Amino acid sequence: MEFLNAVFVAPFLDIADSPVFFAEVVIGGLMSGVMYSLVALGFVLIFKASGVFNYAQGAMVLFAALTLVGLMEHGAPLWLGLLVTLGVMVALAYAIERFMLRKLVNQEGIILFMATIGLNFVLEGVGQIAFGSDVKRLDVGLPDKSFEWKGILLNTFDLSATFIGAVMVTSLALFFQYTPTGRALRAVADDHQAALSVGIPLKTIWVIVWSVAGAVALVAGIMWGAKAGVQFSLVLIALKALPVLILGGFTSVPGAIVGGLIIGVGEKVAEVYWGPVFGGAIESWFAYMLALAFLLFRPQGLFGEKIIERV
Amino acid sequence: MKFRSLLLGALGAVVCVTGVAVSKAAYSAEQFIPMLVYRTGPYAPSGIPVANGFRDYYTLVNKRDGGINGVKIVFEECETKYNTKQGVECYEKLKNKGPTGASLVNPYSTGITYQLIPKSAVDGVPILSMGYGRTSAADGRVFKWVFNFPATYWSQASAFVKYVGRQEGGMANLKGKKIVHLYHNSAYGKEANPTLETLAKKYGFKLTLIAVDHPGQEQKAQWLQIRRKKPHWIFMSGWGVMNQVAIKEAAGINYPMDHFVGNWWSGSDADVVPAGAGSKGYKSATFHGAGAGWGVHEDIVKHIYGGDAAKAQENKMGEVLYNRGMVNAMFGVEAIRTAMKKYGNKSMTGAQVRWGLENLNVNEARLSELGMKGFTQPVKVSCSDHETSGPVMFQQWDGSKWSFASIWVPPMRDVVRPMIEKDAANYAKENKITPRKC
Repeated sequence: MEFLNAVFVAPFLDIADSPVFFAEVVIGGLMSGVMYSLVALGFVLIFKASGVFNYAQGAMVLFAALTLVGLMEHGAPLWLGLLVTLGVMVALAYAIERFMLRKLVNQEGIILFMATIGLNFVLEGVGQIAFGSDVKRLDVGLPDKSFEWKGILLNTFDLSATFIGAVMVTSLALFFQYTPTGRALRAVADDHQAALSVGIPLKTIWVIVWSVAGAVALVAGIMWGAKAGVQFSLVLIALKALPVLILGGFTSVPGAIVGGLIIGVGEKVAEVYWGPVFGGAIESWFAYMLALAFLLFRPQGLFGEKIIERV
Repeated sequence: MKFRSLLLGALGAVVCVTGVAVSKAAYSAEQFIPMLVYRTGPYAPSGIPVANGFRDYYTLVNKRDGGINGVKIVFEECETKYNTKQGVECYEKLKNKGPTGASLVNPYSTGITYQLIPKSAVDGVPILSMGYGRTSAADGRVFKWVFNFPATYWSQASAFVKYVGRQEGGMANLKGKKIVHLYHNSAYGKEANPTLETLAKKYGFKLTLIAVDHPGQEQKAQWLQIRRKKPHWIFMSGWGVMNQVAIKEAAGINYPMDHFVGNWWSGSDADVVPAGAGSKGYKSATFHGAGAGWGVHEDIVKHIYGGDAAKAQENKMGEVLYNRGMVNAMFGVEAIRTAMKKYGNKSMTGAQVRWGLENLNVNEARLSELGMKGFTQPVKVSCSDHETSGPVMFQQWDGSKWSFASIWVPPMRDVVRPMIEKDAANYAKENKITPRKC
């Protein structure tokens, strides 16, 4: 009886009793959600354009952040560090196309997926060899101050991250929807050979999409690196993106942001109000539960494309 | 022809036998110690300084003293990535190396320690889980092969409560105070909970337990709860990125950092980096000094780095976790030395080192000889007490370095020891172990 009360009654009474705190939890969840979306975006871009689930996306986040912080440690100003890091990510995209993807044109998705597992190990290793395994502080000049607004504690850094995330998602959604390159990217995702037959330069498209994913990884690396320091565990933030992808759909840019927001709010509310009932730390598995619940009704995710195959 | 074959055979046999004998003789002056390390993976920033501390201390003993009483220390690293499965594989790979097998093993992970406890008695390899692992292994009557001196998680938690009591002007003032335990949601993180719950009942403070899942990069929900509860003190049992994010979040909600105290695995140099100036005032428990101002560090610079202190610091010398690895290596070496007093100056077996650990007595005079006077506290192990209830120090980050911020605080042995004995007795019953008479 006590358990039922703790699950079905007490949390709702608590919410009704302290609506300001509930609002703070929801806002906190939304801000975390944007951070998850930033990581999920990288996955979506590559999956959308090449049908590859990029296992190395977390490693790309680490690699980009390590490169930036490494350059800044060697005295490069932020703008130069950002430019050079973007250049490195484009070069990486070219190398991935030249030495990995080109050999695997028209192969099964699982083959490409396994290739990205290899890429993950390469990036993890190279990043650590080049820049070490120390925790590095990353300060990109974004304000990081807390302030109260109507009893709700907000942080200027989280607000900036939300703004940057929103701008990125909007730009990418427009890019995919309304530019010839965006349409070409979608055509490549549907069928490599068909895209080639109508004159779409597959190699160039792959370089573009991996470069854009590299740029997204850099932004995600900056945001997460500024929060927790640039270190190896950045690789693990990919785990945070998985429920977002399941929920939002692997092929939808807006899905990544909406999925991120739902997961962010859902897990924070669950952790704060229901966590103590289950011994705490429920948010990790709760995110997956939430995503699975959505899948029961929409197997392709909220915004994913419904796949119809002739059998 | 037959005679020639016989002669050749005899010669071959002599070469083989003497060859083996020669190689045996060369190896008989070596003492093998396996090193389970994590220089890669998410916990590498913590694992690297620990591993360097071990490596440098063993190298120092070899270079400065010519080994332990003339017996050279040989060590081999095996990468665990702080992963229990890989840690057990490393142990299996290294346990039979060297002339007498592994002298002892330092698992450097509570998860790995739990897995090795049943194996240690079978393989005859003692475990030195210094300040981590299974707390009730402090009862040597049940856990003959496991040592966790100078103090356990439970003793540490009791020392924290005692420290808070002193800061609040007396233990009676703890009544009604709110304390949060923010812990890594793992066997390690949960270790302090039973002690804190017992002490909450005893002293009347309100304890809230808040878990953080591995690896701990996202803690917004936990810190929203903390902000709502407005605790007077926070005690943290974290590791790796969890510590760094927690300190940053605490600074973010303007929590008074001098009331935020980490355990001794939550107070390294890496932990305070991401929060920058915001981490100033943060405290943590410890059982040894920070920095490189002791005699042993001078010896390391002189004998290993050729007088180049900058190079030593590049290798993390003086960082909290480097010093932890170094002091851990020192206890292991002193245990082998103790064993040699009884068994002679030769390679010790695991069983002999176990005896050395159980009869270890590193007093003030010995610490002074080792260049560690004031760096750590004396330790005297016994058959029944593998913990020794060593006192705990609280250090504070001033924005650029860690400094001692308290006197040595003895744990509440009267509270902790009965809990240890009870838990050990349950373990003995479950595993059909007859406790030794000590």
